[in-house]
Amino acid sequence: MHMKKLLGLFQDPEQVANAVTILKEDGFPGEDLDIYSGSPYPEGAFGEHEPGHRLYVFPFIGALVGFTLALLATAATQISYPLVTGGKPILSIPPMTIIVYEGTMLGALIFTVLGVLFESRLPKRNLGLYDTRITEGYIGLLVECPEEQLPKAEQLLHDAGAEDIKKEA
Amino acid sequence: MYYRRTLTDEQINRELLGAVFSTPLWWVLLVSVLGFIVLGAASAVGFMVDQGLQVTGLNRSVFWGFFITNFVFWVGISHAGVMISAILRLSQAEWRRPMTRAAEVMTVFSLMTAAMMPLVHLGRLWRFYWFTPFDFARGIWPDVRSPLVWDPMAITTYLTGSVLFVYTALIPDLAVIRDRSTGWRKTVYGILSLNWHGNPRQWKLQAIAGILLSALILPVFVSVHSIVSWDFGVSLVPSWHVTVFAPYFVIGAVHSGVSAVVTLMAIMKKLYKLDNYIWEEHFDAVGRLLVVVATAWLFFFWLDLVFAFWLAEEQELTVWRLRLFHAPWSWLFLTFIVFSYVIPVPLWLSRRVRRNLTMMIITTLMVNVGMWLERFIIVVPSLMQKGPLTFDYAAYRPSIVEITIVGGTFALVAFLILMFSKFFPLIPLWEAKEGQRLGDAIKVGAISVPGIVKEE
Repeated sequence: MHMKKLLGLFQDPEQVANAVTILKEDGFPGEDLDIYSGSPYPEGAFGEHEPGHRLYVFPFIGALVGFTLALLATAATQISYPLVTGGKPILSIPPMTIIVYEGTMLGALIFTVLGVLFESRLPKRNLGLYDTRITEGYIGLLVECPEEQLPKAEQLLHDAGAEDIKKEA
Repeated sequence: MYYRRTLTDEQINRELLGAVFSTPLWWVLLVSVLGFIVLGAASAVGFMVDQGLQVTGLNRSVFWGFFITNFVFWVGISHAGVMISAILRLSQAEWRRPMTRAAEVMTVFSLMTAAMMPLVHLGRLWRFYWFTPFDFARGIWPDVRSPLVWDPMAITTYLTGSVLFVYTALIPDLAVIRDRSTGWRKTVYGILSLNWHGNPRQWKLQAIAGILLSALILPVFVSVHSIVSWDFGVSLVPSWHVTVFAPYFVIGAVHSGVSAVVTLMAIMKKLYKLDNYIWEEHFDAVGRLLVVVATAWLFFFWLDLVFAFWLAEEQELTVWRLRLFHAPWSWLFLTFIVFSYVIPVPLWLSRRVRRNLTMMIITTLMVNVGMWLERFIIVVPSLMQKGPLTFDYAAYRPSIVEITIVGGTFALVAFLILMFSKFFPLIPLWEAKEGQRLGDAIKVGAISVPGIVKEE
């Protein structure tokens, strides 16, 4: 079956929440609904349910990668050009810890940002069905459904108070 | 009395993007003047590269002067940006909203400027990459035990983290500019915004990212200036070889950096007419923070002094006698202590002063003059000493080349911030809108007081 999209534009968050409830009650799965807003709303404000994320794994992996690379770099540097200083060790741990610490944090920072982008599903190839009024205060409710259910979805959005309804070309 | 301002999303977009979509005459004039000064400084660098470091005041015993002082100063300024942003995000302080991005951007540009100073100081700038772990010349690898190798690593980490911090929080605002633009600007901002939609998942991850990145960057912020302080602390130069330098430098960085953020916020409020977003309450709150930070800094300064006189090591006492009792160092010392603490802090104890924009600009500028002098007084007098194996020693007098280059760095940071404001909003739009949504007026008896709803 061919899936199509509808975007309803609302100004009132309560209307959006009601619209989501009505659509779900009428058989539209929650996973096929999405909400676009120009600023964050408290989690669950629209009755949406977001699947979990694994963002917290990324900083740990990044820290591990950074730690390993920094350790290898400092050790290889000291071995490649040994600075013999009065019987002191060639691989000197205290100065190594400084560079290894910075490398660990750098890895954690970079991987955290990569994780945020990955979990946010960014970058998107194109905007798709969208309206610029969303960043001016409107809230968009995107419905993805089989083509034959489009008129029903459109009617439900209209009854819920949508000021405008856009269809996918 | 605190009055809540009610703003619509459209109004917030229009007011905070005013500088992006229009170009006032003052901006053109200011950027032109600053650009001219930066060009002058760049020319001075070129002249110095051509003629050699002999055109500076550096000499055989005073091998660090204006450039390294400026390096430490700008690293210090860079600290407060991320500190304010990160700590206020973690504590979910509501008054962070108009400050975070300007502070973070100031961090990025002042850190970039700081990183340029050791390169300029090299003389042979084109050999800067020799600090990276590789055999670039004659089989020699960098010395991992040297703080001069720790510094680039720390600064690279902090700079990368700060840039990522700024960009991640900027993505939703880039989407707003995309939606308000046409033509090639729409395409460019669309790419930069990664085609952000603003669905609940993206917003949730945006909030978590802010907290995670804040938590990760705070330890880096502490480590960076500690490592810069060890440029001095791990040496054997009298009055540099001090264990208190790491916390002393870090708290000094916070003192000068937070003052710089206040200066920046005050100037932004005046120039961009941001009265709806930057309020007296913000300056009041930061002013109170500054009192605590400045007093903590004074404690560490006191420790540095006490350690020297407690140990009673002759060489170190000689340096302190030079700083305290011999002109011009005694005058510079007096100026530094008066400007950094004696004048501003008692003034900040007054609520009226903290809420007065002009007074906050004056006092915070004084702090930064004082803190620049503090770094100068740490760096140079220590080197002007005859030690056991010193065969010559000299006074230091900065040349016009050094003064031009150092002055140019101030113009550079201001220039970069103004250029940033031309393309991106200095106050986060989505934070301002969220603040509107979560704030409300609560009626208590005969008055209404502002209330904030916090999501757990």
